[in-house]
Amino acid sequence: MRRDRSGLAAILPFLWLALFFAFPFLLVAKLSLSDTALAMPPYAPRIDWSQGLAGLKAFFAALDGETYARLTRDRLYLDAYLSSLRIAATGTGLLLLIGYPIAYGISRCPPAMRQALVMAVILPFWTSFLIRIYAWIAILKPAGLLNAALGALGLPPVDILNTETAVLLGLVYAYLPFMVLPLYAVLEKQDESLIEAAQDLGATPLSAFWRVTFPLSIPGAAAGALLCFIPMAGEFVIPDLLGGSETLMLGRVIWTEFFANRDWPAASAVAIVLLATLVVPILLFERQQAKVLRG
Amino acid sequence: MKRGPSAFNVASVVLGLVFLYAPIAILVVYSFNASRLVTVWGGFSTRWYVALFQDAQMLDAVWVTLRVGVISATLATAVGVAAALALTRGRFGGRTALAGGIYATLVMPEVILGLSLLLLFVSLGLPRGFWTVTLSHATLTLAYATVVVQARLAAFDRSLEEAAQDLGCPPWKAFALVTLPGIAPAVAAAWMLAFTLSLDDLVIASFTSGPGATTLPMRLYSQVRLGVDPKINAVSTLLIGLVATGVIAAYLAQQRRCRRDVLNR
Repeated sequence: MRRDRSGLAAILPFLWLALFFAFPFLLVAKLSLSDTALAMPPYAPRIDWSQGLAGLKAFFAALDGETYARLTRDRLYLDAYLSSLRIAATGTGLLLLIGYPIAYGISRCPPAMRQALVMAVILPFWTSFLIRIYAWIAILKPAGLLNAALGALGLPPVDILNTETAVLLGLVYAYLPFMVLPLYAVLEKQDESLIEAAQDLGATPLSAFWRVTFPLSIPGAAAGALLCFIPMAGEFVIPDLLGGSETLMLGRVIWTEFFANRDWPAASAVAIVLLATLVVPILLFERQQAKVLRG
Repeated sequence: MKRGPSAFNVASVVLGLVFLYAPIAILVVYSFNASRLVTVWGGFSTRWYVALFQDAQMLDAVWVTLRVGVISATLATAVGVAAALALTRGRFGGRTALAGGIYATLVMPEVILGLSLLLLFVSLGLPRGFWTVTLSHATLTLAYATVVVQARLAAFDRSLEEAAQDLGCPPWKAFALVTLPGIAPAVAAAWMLAFTLSLDDLVIASFTSGPGATTLPMRLYSQVRLGVDPKINAVSTLLIGLVATGVIAAYLAQQRRCRRDVLNR
């Protein structure tokens, strides 16, 4: 048998990910242990290579956890942390509730239609995320289309732009394809005869669904939930455009610390905390994907 | 026997699609609104399109975005094909690590990626601008390109390539002449996806861009923060039209191919 050299193809992607993905995280970790400074770039210490080994030693001696201590002293960071997790979790729950019936509905359609419907669910994902969120501003703003429609029906106006409700709406809207697709993938593969068997044995359609279809679809629900929860916890655009000033989320905190306050160490420390929180979901997601890969 | 969809099934799918498409439809319709107000229909007009094409800053941003998109998508697809090849066929120690890196980029919040890439460029002493955004976008989209190509490669019949090798073709040539044409639709899809994601990205571009390399999403974002502007609707409509045309054309071409394959059999 021929020797397989396909492994050699791994060298380029490996180097790429090492340089542009893994190494930068070390820099973030390092920076989170640094202090802010009035310089460009705005942090200290920096390694003084002209000093040789002594410069390296002085650099490591100057790293400390002061930035993290600073974060714990300000209530804002804890609040942002908790509300990020709460909003991402609520969003994931809503996505499951809304995405499941859609995925299930598509899987029950005739095969010829399914392809087109899946395509229809994916297509919005190909159009600009920023633009789709922007579209909601025109709908939700106080003098917007939603209130015009409510007024026409004789209902009182609602003011939900710049609230957490609007953020959740935006999250569900933007991430819906990511929930529907993994769910559809498991539901579509399900063997019809299982349901028939359950019904032949006297199960009502509803209990056949609950005791056969639903348990078998849990891997798809888990994949969708992780695929949505992880990026949502660090989401920036949606809380920024729809959440107003009162919605605190970590993605926004990192952005503000970096761009508005020019506090690079604080931005890095918040990023490290967010990353540490997401390590477990990310590993779960990878295990799941590895299983799918093996088939 | 296959049971058809119930009324509940049909209702959920229809409502889901309405939810997904209504905001986009509203956006498109109001790009042709003569009035500046969202709730007032002032008649059909193309004035916002005219205004758009007179906005030099916006056009400049479009040009930057397209160049970043083309170069970064090409880089990401090239590296992504190599990664997909290694993941589907390679038997080597670092396979899990490579797969881990790819899937981690896929879900990593963009603010973290943006911040970490910026720190990389600062520590390397690279001035921020066109190339730093391009490299960052290639990193972001690499994972997506890999996943798309990998799915096709896993289903590809390897015996053809092995036959070519048995007839004396060197492995790289067998791959280029036999396998690559076979997975071409997936490679094209991967490139399209990478290009679209690059076109769309605000967060990573904001972190890694510098003066003179403002992308369209960055320009749109600074305008959106100032309030609803019908010019944004116009540029959005053009973008949506462009992407939708590309995707639907690709889909139809693939459908026709499938049908032809079935007929030939």
